[in-house]
Amino acid sequence: MLSNVLLYAGEVATGPSTTENANWFLRNAWIFPLIPAISFLLILFLGKRMPKKGAEIGIASVGICFLLAIATGVSWIDHRDNYEGAGHGSSEEHSTDEGSHSEEGALTITDTATGAVDPVSLAAEEGEAKEEKHPSVAVQREVTWFQTGGVEFGVGILVDGMAVMMLFVVTLISLLVHIYSTDYVGGDRRYTHYFAFLSLFTASMLLLVLSSSTLQLITAWELVGVCSFALIGHWWEEKPNSDAALKAFLTNRVGDMGLLTGMIILFFTAGQTFNIVEINEKAIAGQISHTALLVASLCLLAAVMSKSGQFVLHTWLPDAMAGPTPVSALIHAATMVVAGIYMVARLYGVFFEGLSIGGSSVNALAVMGAVTLIGGGALAFVQTDIKKVLAYSTVSQLGYMAMALGVGAWTAALFHLFTHAFFKAGLFLGSGSVAHAVHSFDMKKDMGGLRKAMPTTFWTFLICSLALVGIFPLSGFWSKDEILAGTGGRGLFGGTGGNGAYTTMLLMGIIGAAMTAAYMTRCIYLTFFGEFRGHGHPHESGKRITVPLIILSVLAVGSGLLNLPKGLAGIPKSFQLKFEHVVEPVAPYFPPIAHATPSYSLAIVASLVGLLGIAVAYWYYFVKVEAASKEAGRSLTELPDGITSKSALFRAGHTLLVNKYYFDHLYQGVIANGVKGPIARAAYWFNQNVLDRTVDTVGRTSVTAGNLVYRYVDQGLVEGVVNGTGLLSNEAGQELRRMQTGRVQQYAAILFAAATVLAGIFIVIV
Amino acid sequence: MLLNQFLLLAAGLFAIGVYGVLARRNAVLVLMSVELILNAVNINLVAFGAFNGTVTGEVFALFVIAIAAAEVGVGLAMVLLMYRNRKSIDITQVDAMKG
Repeated sequence: MLSNVLLYAGEVATGPSTTENANWFLRNAWIFPLIPAISFLLILFLGKRMPKKGAEIGIASVGICFLLAIATGVSWIDHRDNYEGAGHGSSEEHSTDEGSHSEEGALTITDTATGAVDPVSLAAEEGEAKEEKHPSVAVQREVTWFQTGGVEFGVGILVDGMAVMMLFVVTLISLLVHIYSTDYVGGDRRYTHYFAFLSLFTASMLLLVLSSSTLQLITAWELVGVCSFALIGHWWEEKPNSDAALKAFLTNRVGDMGLLTGMIILFFTAGQTFNIVEINEKAIAGQISHTALLVASLCLLAAVMSKSGQFVLHTWLPDAMAGPTPVSALIHAATMVVAGIYMVARLYGVFFEGLSIGGSSVNALAVMGAVTLIGGGALAFVQTDIKKVLAYSTVSQLGYMAMALGVGAWTAALFHLFTHAFFKAGLFLGSGSVAHAVHSFDMKKDMGGLRKAMPTTFWTFLICSLALVGIFPLSGFWSKDEILAGTGGRGLFGGTGGNGAYTTMLLMGIIGAAMTAAYMTRCIYLTFFGEFRGHGHPHESGKRITVPLIILSVLAVGSGLLNLPKGLAGIPKSFQLKFEHVVEPVAPYFPPIAHATPSYSLAIVASLVGLLGIAVAYWYYFVKVEAASKEAGRSLTELPDGITSKSALFRAGHTLLVNKYYFDHLYQGVIANGVKGPIARAAYWFNQNVLDRTVDTVGRTSVTAGNLVYRYVDQGLVEGVVNGTGLLSNEAGQELRRMQTGRVQQYAAILFAAATVLAGIFIVIV
Repeated sequence: MLLNQFLLLAAGLFAIGVYGVLARRNAVLVLMSVELILNAVNINLVAFGAFNGTVTGEVFALFVIAIAAAEVGVGLAMVLLMYRNRKSIDITQVDAMKG
């Protein structure tokens, strides 16, 4: 198929969706996972002998990856806009299976002169003319991993906007975390292994991001899980840490069942292929039945639940804070936990069709996200551990992303992923800096008043918090507003043009914004304001800790400007929707999502609600608690006669939150123990009555049979033969030795006699 | 030319040789008897060679003479050693290999 012949069938643009024809960086993106993987081995085997105990290898490898990621990003921006498909490179092998699904009845538009593209009417139902969009052609290269039963299992790279974006995020955060860790875990007894696992994690995450097949994705998915397990349990000598690691691993296993089932369903329904592009294209073109897609996406949602900390499998994520803080920042805030979100975004064709995201008002993914968003946010209010506040905040923000994907605001979800990675990593590293100074994570017992002692940490933490809360014009404001607009709440606050009428999601998103604002204000008060409640004299952390904080807070401020909404007054058009343009595929493997029109009123309402959340928390902590502290003469963390001591309803709510909605009780007490008891009894009965009896009978029969065999076969036959052979040889030897006289002449006599006999026989015969 | 006389002579020599090898106790005499056997064979070879008008028999005989010389060399060395160890060259007493 000529590549500048573009086919349109209805709303879906079809044509060559991938190519191998790109510049060096895009074609050789497989080098990304390879570099940290080599670094992993080097650190493991040589690290202890290096002057910096292996940290320098890790930093160097991730640094190289970061530079490559920038080069790849630049290449992609150029490729995305300028690739016209020079003919030979675009005849794809994966479209061989009569991939011309839309050629009949499709309108063919040819423009040989310039290769320019006619506008695609993506939002036909809105009756609104869209701007023309240059199709993005992903770079895909695959090799056969193995072959069995006539099916080839490919492994390779799929580089497009979202992969490039993730490459940048993963390598940047990983680099900063590496540098930060040299100080934070400096002097640790497993320092070298720590860096080895950071490298392995980076390699696995980059492999996941670049996956071109679902099989490869599963492999990388499990690899990051293993690294997460190992790093949560880095200080495994303490029982809670190794318990947390096990919990993370086992909870993820629950979701992985869904992942495997979903991928297997997709493999068979998409005609025995693991290729992501192919699966998406078939799902969008309607070649896979809706039921199969629905079942597959529901199964995959279980995987998203476990990996991305969504309700009801989120319980491992707060416990995972038992690991070193830089690990929490890298794995449990910025990169690994968004793997679920990334997987949904990668297989968006499947989810979009399977869950009927377009034109609906509720679906499983959106509900899951919205519930997580509210539920996680509420839990953050009652935590005393600063990292757990941030962990529940992460759960809540991941809920935002899942909800955004659920309502069809694909770009908003990935944009929030992008900005969230920076400010949440910044917050985690900030909390680590605080903990480094006061040797504790307990906000109520050991913190307070740290803003004077740790100015850099305080300011960066504050900036990242404001970004998280979504204060104009920090990054969180833009990404959160885009998600809210993307719900397309049918005219509510002026939101129009989304994929459906997700008004409930919009309201929950706004409530979540208020909660975020309130719990972050609480967290900042408890950590940085009031009087210091801990021991000793905390002081600011070193350069290797503060510099990553400053870089991340700068990004937390600035990264939102990459995707300014369309039609924003006073902003030139070339600065609008840059992120969407680069990241969002315009290709047959991406579903025809509608883009919401942002509205000023929605942005203002969301901001006001956020400010209201801050105001309430400010009034409670900065005014009431501060005053009560003065009265009591010591630094308080809550009012002595607060609302929980007055109202039974609030007390019940507080208890519910402190017990984390009793999810852990449910899993441990009800499910685990409930299953354990009967199963144990049943297993015991089975053991006693079936297995034991079988084993007994088999044993007894064996003994009897053995005795018989011993008596007759062994003693009688085998023994007889063996002894007989020996006896015969012995007797024969005794007889024959008489011939051995040792006299040469006798031998000669026998020789001549025998020769004479032979000669006689010879004469007689002849 | 008559072949018979030569063959009879060789057979006679051979029989004497065999008798010597089997019956003599003196090791030197046993060696000499072996020489007789070999020379009986040589006579046969030369006789058949002449009878057939080829030189093959003579060539073989030459080989046998050479090998016989080597054999006698080795044999006499062994007899010498035997004498040094036992002060006797009675071959019937050398039966260390008795089974």
